[in-house]
Amino acid sequence: MMADISFNAVMNRKNEIMKKALGMDYSIYESGGIAFDYEKMMRDTGFGLSDVMKIQRETGVGNTPLLELKNLTELVRRISPKGKGARIFVKDEACNPSGSFKDRRASVSVYIAKKLGYKGVVAATSGNYGAAVASQAAMRNLDCIIVQECYDSRKIGQPEILEKQRKCECLGAEVVQLTVGPELFYTFLRILEDTGYFNASLYSTFGIAGVETLGYEIAMQCREMIGRDPDVVVATHAGGGNLTGTARGLIKAGAVNTKVIGASVDLKGLHMASDTAFNRKSFTTGHTGFGVPYATDPDHSDVPRSAARALRYMEDYLLVKQGEVFYITEALSQLEGMERGPAGNTSLTAAFALAQQLNEDKIIVVQETEYTGAGKHPLAQLSFAKKNGVEVKFGNPDEEIPGTNIILPEHPSLIKVRHADLGKMKKSYIKNAVKRANVSLISDKDIEFLMQDVKEDRKFVLSALNELGFNI
Amino acid sequence: MSDAKKGDWVQIHEIVLKPEERTGKLPEDTKKVPLELWVKGFLNHDANLNDMVEITTLTGRIVKGELVSVNPRYEYGFGEEYVPEILKIGRQLRGILKGGDNK
Repeated sequence: MMADISFNAVMNRKNEIMKKALGMDYSIYESGGIAFDYEKMMRDTGFGLSDVMKIQRETGVGNTPLLELKNLTELVRRISPKGKGARIFVKDEACNPSGSFKDRRASVSVYIAKKLGYKGVVAATSGNYGAAVASQAAMRNLDCIIVQECYDSRKIGQPEILEKQRKCECLGAEVVQLTVGPELFYTFLRILEDTGYFNASLYSTFGIAGVETLGYEIAMQCREMIGRDPDVVVATHAGGGNLTGTARGLIKAGAVNTKVIGASVDLKGLHMASDTAFNRKSFTTGHTGFGVPYATDPDHSDVPRSAARALRYMEDYLLVKQGEVFYITEALSQLEGMERGPAGNTSLTAAFALAQQLNEDKIIVVQETEYTGAGKHPLAQLSFAKKNGVEVKFGNPDEEIPGTNIILPEHPSLIKVRHADLGKMKKSYIKNAVKRANVSLISDKDIEFLMQDVKEDRKFVLSALNELGFNI
Repeated sequence: MSDAKKGDWVQIHEIVLKPEERTGKLPEDTKKVPLELWVKGFLNHDANLNDMVEITTLTGRIVKGELVSVNPRYEYGFGEEYVPEILKIGRQLRGILKGGDNK
């Protein structure tokens, strides 16, 4: 009998399809309330850090160089008050086989898919993750399908996403491209059901376990190069996995005093599911359009419980502007001789701003770079922006309006620290968690869980719950 | 003669959801347009452009849709025109490092 493939029928089979496609049952971690056993879920991958490293060595992932950006640090010192200007280091993740840290995230999932006997893997992604899954699948002889949100209704594709299509296809993957809209999930489910392939979700425990090696390597390399742990690690934040995995890896290395700070491109005002706004943004990831909803509602991802829980680990959340990231991308090329993709330099831009406030003896590590090239180079992106009616000019980045203009800083000293309202985001997270669990009573276990998931004390959580009408 | 032969590498187009079938929290502009899909594969029979065709994708899936392109090329690059603003950045930063204007 043919299965009913109508939208509603497929969405109703969501849990069943996911269970088959993930090879694991998430229900065993549930408490029945808001809380779930996050650490048990993470432990149940069955892999320790050294196992993950071994899996990654098999496919050439990880062990990327940590480089000191001496000229960029010198530039910071020239524009900062005397004594200020922290040393900036970067983890050159572009050296991974497919050109970004996403290889770490794909490596464990693809390994598991192979081990469990799946014939192929599927991932829903418009970014570097697709190339990473395609590359890992190629190495492990698995079929691969990448589902992208790529075009607007005129069939105009984001150059960066078109490049990812090419790269995935050149690595042997099949690429399914869609116009803008969250119903991509329906197509994704249909493909999972049709093929019986593994869901190489960005948000599975395997994906996050794969990133832990990144944090671990940073701690080890810092100890070797400068004799101590870094003061700050800046991670670009979108879905939360990059930051979560890196922070967990740092903790596993014992670098418990290192602050983990998130950074996103500020795309305030642009609706992520808007057909007309789609091609008016120059960043397809690493922006607030993912960063805020995924931090405040992590469990709306493509798995029942996301392993990426950024608010658990994030000590600060910095916002940068599109024009600033293009500017710093050019600075990295011109001053350090490193041509790297713009989106991966979101965290570098935040580090450049932060370094101006910190003393010269402080160490900031930017935990990624990504490859660049046709489609995902500032020239391609800025040219595309102009063609889509976005004004490109020099000025004060504070005046940038996403979708209307891109303001390249008139001077590097205009790249300043801007904090997102993390307290507000944490409250929003608690509100979403309560809504998702659909409970009228909140247990002590739930409170403990919320404290951990937003990295706050009991008082904060109780006050947030009181605002929601729970009198505890 | 047909535009494409059986076995040719082609791209097809399919409407997944018509505007009235779309769901979820969508902005007004997106509600008005269909959810469309493109995928590539080997053509299962001779056909002309705009015909409804059947293909076999790289993973062996059989998919039906409208034939839109044969041997589709990659159409992006480094932009249609050079962006001269980029030139200013490197010159300014190198100037600062060499001890020129720093404020």
